[in-house]
Amino acid sequence: MTSVGTPVPRVDGLLKATGTARYTADIPFEDLTHAVLLQATIARGRIASIDASAAEAAPGVLLVLTHLNAPRLPRMRAFAKGGSAQQTVPALQDDRVRFAGETVAFVVAESQEQARYAAMLISVEYDEEPPAVGLHGDAYPPAKVNGQPPDYRRGDAERALADAAVTVERTYRTPVHHHNPIEPPVTIASWDDDGGLTVHEAAQGGVHMMRLGFAEALGIPRRKAGSIRVVSKFLGGGFGGKGFMWPRNILPAVAARLLGRPVKLELTRAQMYTSGGYRSETVQRLRLGADRDGRLGSIVHESTSTGSDMGEFPEPCAQITQMLYACPNVTGTHRLVRQNVGVPTFTRAPGEGPGSFALESALDELAGELSLDPLELRLRNYAETDPEHDRPWSSKGLRECYSEGAERFGWSARNPEPGSMRDGRWLVGYGMATAAYSSHTWPTFARVRIRADGTAVVRCATTDIGTGTYTVMAQVAADALGVRPGDVTFEAGDTRYPFAFPPVSSSGARSIGPAVRAAALAVRTRVARLAVKDRESPLFGADAATVRAIGGGRLARADDPERYDTFVDVLERAGLGHVEERKGYGVMPFLHSTASGIAPWPVGPLLRVATRPFAGRYSTYDFGAQFVEVRVDPDLGVVRVSRVVGVYDIGRVLNPRTARNQAVGGITWGIGMALMERTTTHPRLGKYTSPNLSGYLLPTNADVPDIDVHFLDRPDPLVNPLGVKGVGELPVVGVAAAIANAVHHATGKRVRSLPIGPAELLG
Amino acid sequence: MRVTVTVNGEQRRADDVWEGESLLFLLRERLGLPGSKNACEQGECGSCTVYLDDVPVCSCLVAAGQVQDREVRTVEGLAEGDRLDPVQEAFVEAGAVQCGFCTPGLVVAAHDLLDRVPRPSDPEIREALAGNLCRCTGYEKILDAVRLAAARR
Repeated sequence: MTSVGTPVPRVDGLLKATGTARYTADIPFEDLTHAVLLQATIARGRIASIDASAAEAAPGVLLVLTHLNAPRLPRMRAFAKGGSAQQTVPALQDDRVRFAGETVAFVVAESQEQARYAAMLISVEYDEEPPAVGLHGDAYPPAKVNGQPPDYRRGDAERALADAAVTVERTYRTPVHHHNPIEPPVTIASWDDDGGLTVHEAAQGGVHMMRLGFAEALGIPRRKAGSIRVVSKFLGGGFGGKGFMWPRNILPAVAARLLGRPVKLELTRAQMYTSGGYRSETVQRLRLGADRDGRLGSIVHESTSTGSDMGEFPEPCAQITQMLYACPNVTGTHRLVRQNVGVPTFTRAPGEGPGSFALESALDELAGELSLDPLELRLRNYAETDPEHDRPWSSKGLRECYSEGAERFGWSARNPEPGSMRDGRWLVGYGMATAAYSSHTWPTFARVRIRADGTAVVRCATTDIGTGTYTVMAQVAADALGVRPGDVTFEAGDTRYPFAFPPVSSSGARSIGPAVRAAALAVRTRVARLAVKDRESPLFGADAATVRAIGGGRLARADDPERYDTFVDVLERAGLGHVEERKGYGVMPFLHSTASGIAPWPVGPLLRVATRPFAGRYSTYDFGAQFVEVRVDPDLGVVRVSRVVGVYDIGRVLNPRTARNQAVGGITWGIGMALMERTTTHPRLGKYTSPNLSGYLLPTNADVPDIDVHFLDRPDPLVNPLGVKGVGELPVVGVAAAIANAVHHATGKRVRSLPIGPAELLG
Repeated sequence: MRVTVTVNGEQRRADDVWEGESLLFLLRERLGLPGSKNACEQGECGSCTVYLDDVPVCSCLVAAGQVQDREVRTVEGLAEGDRLDPVQEAFVEAGAVQCGFCTPGLVVAAHDLLDRVPRPSDPEIREALAGNLCRCTGYEKILDAVRLAAARR
């Protein structure tokens, strides 16, 4: 009886439903002090004067740091260059203001309310300069986009466009998005008497990566980074917004060192908009050329997003265009325009999210030009092999996703004429889009221990950001050991555990899973070796390599399953309290040798490995098809999503319950992206005008219809021994385009700028 | 000021409470009950939902002083000993919990709905939970959980 593939309930569900799970902000601390940020109210200029004397004299205030008195902090190494930061410029180092919301003072007091009050007493005068706002300025190429060059070319797309029978040329826009996990980021830093630092973090950024970030920021040599412990047990959502080292992570540790007391910083919702990155707005110009049968001859995808002097993260929009369709001539380019709005970062479905909105909308427009069914257009351009790298896919069930999705949705009932379908006064529209996501495998280690009572504990320094890692990894270990999942505890979120990369880019299951499996198999084999040498064991004399797990913590002879031994008995006779093994997966040799938990952080090489999977022999992607029905009120321009069908090829499904959670949640992100989510920036002041949950609308339960999710559930034979690909981000991809396409089908109006609202439809 | 309040059936007292403090702050920072979550401080997300005299409120919007001599019930007070409330049980079983940060508020809101409307229709569930934001689940399983709890009560 295997556990993988069954809907095991979340092991942490009970703790969370009873309010007893301890998130970072909930951890009690002796002698705790509280910090708040004071943020710049202008987007660009200089601090002419800052007077903190009233704040320093306020009740309970322990410390006020400004650029005048803060310790010198180094510029951080960028993530793209092997570091841990997106914003490389540290806070409080000079009088420059580079964006509205940049930290200008850090106040620590006995209570949070005292710190907040004191922050209000700080008087700051600015010499204001006009900020750069919007994607209007000079565009320049970034150094790298996801580790790849900013420009991609195959064939001659411009010439093929000129020769094409049918062309579509359109520009699409997506706004600034914020991650808005429900839990605000929290950092609690405390130093012990020996100079050791412990940081409790709400850290999607991976505890080991953050440890190295803290070492770098605080001037602690890498070889002594072991004195830094980062802990992150429960996380109230991440979505990219709690990745990486930002000044807000570093300042509490700086202040705690000065004060000799623990310092806690909990961001307000408004501060979350300016303290941990965002998804850049994008302008994407799409040009498609096709023959009369709809065969694509050329695609040009030019994407522009926000640049910054403080760090660089180009939204990698065009990368999906490079791989998705069989088209001989493709150009993809990424450009940046500097703005005074802070550094963008990864947001759930980075690149593919906004990129697919442009590409899949443009394809729908092409289908309209050709009077061709949008699904048929995609089938005519189906890529049997990866056209970008000219090599086979490790697995690709996209054709089945299309057919299964069309069947479930009832796509054949679609009247191709826009505005032709009605339900009472509602205009009804059908739309579809393709989904693909480049989920990654990152180097990961796990340690599995079998204890004398036959239970097992698995340790790995990943964090469960809410995806179900605690549950699913216990299942993986249970199957490899031959025990029940309830007999396995998965422990994560602590630098004392073996190295893991941050759980980003849908990498969790496919990176941690194989490492856990390998370590579990190794420790099982070790027990078998003990047994076959033990004269009292029924397995005595057998070949340890052929001993099989038959469930219930029993190991049996391959030739005679009736002769078995148990973990409990083997360990007892051997007089061992436990046995354990540690294994790595997705690991390069040099990492293997040094990963003691304080491994160096070769992100540059890692990125290259990740983008060249299987030593360049295969390409691996998650695939899917999204089908959407919308209802549009013709008088009010209100759009309601009434049905969604998503069919996905994510390889093997480890736990249908947690996977389905991810898919429905991802589709809901797509609905938010299409219809409501947008951070607006004041065009002159460069400040966000709605940094809260009443201005930035998230989907509520009334916005989400019945969603039909189906997984092909076919193990990918090549990607890893579990056959699992990624699920976290794929279901977001294509939803916004499918909705925009459905809105066009319902109304005849093509909206090329998100989100789609009454103003766009009635205007 | 001193605040005396009954929380989860127990009389509690907090001294030196600042007049500007919220009920949420009182519960989390002074009374050791961090189950109610602080997430938006403007009553938009519902993560801090508790009962105040049997009426669900966003505890971030209630001043600590307002609860003097009143009764508060939080997510920690729903289970009876080891026996979970059916709503909590249903949230776990239905898979309505992901990151779990919105869960305490949703559990209280759903509990209140089922107290008022034992067999709610789907629109009634959606309306009752409209003030509780979740960023992970897409709500589907939360609705399932409320339906399941309703069937069991």
